[in-house]
Amino acid sequence: MNISRRHLLILLPAAAVAWKYVEAGTPDASPNYQMSEHWWGMLINIPKCIGCGNCVRACQTENDVPDGNFRTWVERYHVTDTEMTTPEVISPDGGKEGFPVVQEDAGKYFFVPKMCNHCADSPCTQVCPVGATFISPDGVVLVDQKYCLGCGYCVQACPYGCRYLHPTKHVADKCTLCYHRITKGLTTACCEACPTGARQLADLKDPNDPIHEFLKTHPVQVLKPQMATGAKLYYFGLDGSVR
Amino acid sequence: MKDAGHLFRFAGLFVVAFLVFLVVRGYVVPKTFGQYGHYRGAAMGEIAQHPVKFAGHQTCEGCHSDIADTKTKGAHAHVNCEACHGALFQNLPVPPQPKGNLYERFVALIVPPPPPTPPVLLHADDPATVTPVKPDTLVLCARCHTASAAKPKDFPQVDPTVHMGGVPCETCHNPHSPAIGSDASESPATGGAK
Repeated sequence: MNISRRHLLILLPAAAVAWKYVEAGTPDASPNYQMSEHWWGMLINIPKCIGCGNCVRACQTENDVPDGNFRTWVERYHVTDTEMTTPEVISPDGGKEGFPVVQEDAGKYFFVPKMCNHCADSPCTQVCPVGATFISPDGVVLVDQKYCLGCGYCVQACPYGCRYLHPTKHVADKCTLCYHRITKGLTTACCEACPTGARQLADLKDPNDPIHEFLKTHPVQVLKPQMATGAKLYYFGLDGSVR
Repeated sequence: MKDAGHLFRFAGLFVVAFLVFLVVRGYVVPKTFGQYGHYRGAAMGEIAQHPVKFAGHQTCEGCHSDIADTKTKGAHAHVNCEACHGALFQNLPVPPQPKGNLYERFVALIVPPPPPTPPVLLHADDPATVTPVKPDTLVLCARCHTASAAKPKDFPQVDPTVHMGGVPCETCHNPHSPAIGSDASESPATGGAK
């Protein structure tokens, strides 16, 4: 077969048509929500948390989280002055129905609500072999459940234990920061249901968000800062014993 | 040059194989993959389609402005409506799902798609049909206000057995403005399905 100039001139446009086909398809645009204008995080005020479990129940209702799995949960720490490094931590059923009453006041107690930290440099998104989990342009770590294989690498990679394999869908599942709510101008279900304001959704790109004033005037910390995950869950009043 | 014909035949085969690869790739790689990064861009839109079940206090206050006024004066000013009343939704039956094209049906044979989420109806959309359950104050209030040494010291706490002995909280307190004598007669907590 000898390709003449004539054949080449036929082949090239054919290749171009094939290439156009590959490139075709435009994404669905969100009409009222600009991803580039947001960078989501959350502020958690530990001294305000009373361990009622409202956030856990609200999250399960809003997101159809199966029983026994948690997108958010609450831990209660009990730290005595002699056992600073080995606190007693309990989280009965994720704190969904509250915590057992404590009568005597020996040592300090506090509640730590936990959930996905929506890390800017998240280990979980880096290990996904198929590109099913990712950080969105507005700073939310999400799982594409149509693409996920359910291999569980991300579940192992999360340093905060925030992911699980969905028992019936057999794919990775986690906090979406109520992406279906925040893109509509609502706050997350956990923040909506928190009676004391211990949780506050924060838009770090919005100059009018009260988070900026809070971060300027209060000492805050993220969980496991030594892991350089770029966590965006800012804890006020975080004790050194929290892991 | 007259012996180079076999080279051109191989080159032609490569070109054809490349074109076939491009067409197959066009089918199997989702259109929005790589739009923002190494993932399917359309996934974000799909996740955002999840039904909203907690309508938000602004929705409640649109109709129940009297309660909202009472609430702003009391200690529960910053407790959102659905924190106590629960989410304002009711599940609806799942509509029949579209079958999809041949390729999607083939994929569905190998990897069954996740069950569809039922659509929801909010109390705000149809107040007559969807009525939030009126909470039992003996359970609801106790959840936050039961005394425990583990709770923050500045949070109001009582021992339920000593404090009221089985009398429902709303006998003395208006849950919307809980201080006794505050506005207990104004906008009391009435209504709602029992």
